[in-house]
Amino acid sequence: MVSASSNNQHRAPSGPALGLRFLLLACLSILLLVIDQRQNYLDIARKAIGAFVYPLHVVVDAPISTWLWITESTATRNELQLENSRLRAERLLTNARLQKYAALEAENTRLRAMLEATPRSSDRIRVSEIMSVSANPFRHVVVVDKGTRDGVFDGQAMVDANGVVGQVIEAGLLSSQGILISDPDHALPVEVNRNGLRTIAVGSGEFARLDLPFLANNADIQEGDLLVTSGLGGAFPAGYPVAVVDAVKRIPQEPFASVSAIPSAALNQIREVMLIWPGIAAETDETASASEDAGDVDE
Amino acid sequence: MSKDRSARRLPVVFSIVVALMLSMVPLPDVIDPYRPDWVALTLIYWAMTLPRSYSVGTAWVVGIVLDIAHGTLLGQYALAMCFMIYVTAKFHLQLRVFPLSQMTATVFALLSLYQFLLFWINGVAGLHTEAVSYWGPVLTGTALWPLLSTIFGGIRYRVRASS
Repeated sequence: MVSASSNNQHRAPSGPALGLRFLLLACLSILLLVIDQRQNYLDIARKAIGAFVYPLHVVVDAPISTWLWITESTATRNELQLENSRLRAERLLTNARLQKYAALEAENTRLRAMLEATPRSSDRIRVSEIMSVSANPFRHVVVVDKGTRDGVFDGQAMVDANGVVGQVIEAGLLSSQGILISDPDHALPVEVNRNGLRTIAVGSGEFARLDLPFLANNADIQEGDLLVTSGLGGAFPAGYPVAVVDAVKRIPQEPFASVSAIPSAALNQIREVMLIWPGIAAETDETASASEDAGDVDE
Repeated sequence: MSKDRSARRLPVVFSIVVALMLSMVPLPDVIDPYRPDWVALTLIYWAMTLPRSYSVGTAWVVGIVLDIAHGTLLGQYALAMCFMIYVTAKFHLQLRVFPLSQMTATVFALLSLYQFLLFWINGVAGLHTEAVSYWGPVLTGTALWPLLSTIFGGIRYRVRASS
């Protein structure tokens, strides 16, 4: 295996050269670290190298997508019929909801017009597939298969059919990285749907929990409250469901209550996310309109 | 001559690329914290056996690729990897003559050093981390080392026999 005879063949690296090279590279790394943490100068470099990493992601993703393709194309007629009827039923249900929604939307615009408030514009949505997830358990980062070529931009909101998933932190040319709302470094301005109470939902590092650390002990919040995006942070359009409060602990001597919530989106099970272009009128392209309704009507 | 060299280089590059891909494969949540650091193990092996061709430079480049792939601070994996491989290359002569048990213990130390650096850089940069979970990859990586070094040894033997 590792025989001593290989010593003759490969001479030992000369000491100082190795040390010097290491020192230089270490200094370079530290320089990169410092620059990367403070400024965005390195974005272009990141994107350039990211383009080389893209094929790796594709190869890694290939077995899974091939498997999906195989199961799809070898599905029996029976299964297909079952799925078809299930989808048809689902569509019926969604359509019914959509009608209610359309009526509500019309009413909302009319009321807003009466109040002379600016009408809420609908958002354009595109479905994008998750290619890989971060290997680092402390960073909840995913890579999705749309990039700046498709109009993706930094800070763009990502949702799935049930609620907010996260936002884009780095838009590459062909793929982008997104941070999930459960990442410990992610904070999201939300409001309680019941009474409009505004607060901030911070990721906990667990996929199934968000923390609401800035709620006073006497705040009007209770278990089962739905949290929706408030739209105040600028990144997320208002009104998308985020999480449901599952535990409220009020400790008398502490200034803040300890409140946690369960994200509406199944953050560790999703395969697709929807990217939102807020304010751009909804284009009726393939999947866009159908998925938008599923995300918005949530009762 | 150059053809011979590129033939010898191929398995190394191939193994590094495979290791990179293994480090990106999505895993279930339960086992994800115990994913062995394939890239670190692969680079330790090549730096130990062929330190003239693959040492700190290779480690740095691969580290940068890891940084981009995992979305960490640019230079984090690069610095940790570089330091670990520097130690490996520095002591490669001693490492080579170690019996397998002792070599595995050394790999444990190297992987711990590597994870500690990653942890430390996260701490300095102000990112939240839990120190306990950094042990997962170290333990599984060490457990896999005997198997991995045997496989790599076999690859090297074949390449040399054919060239």
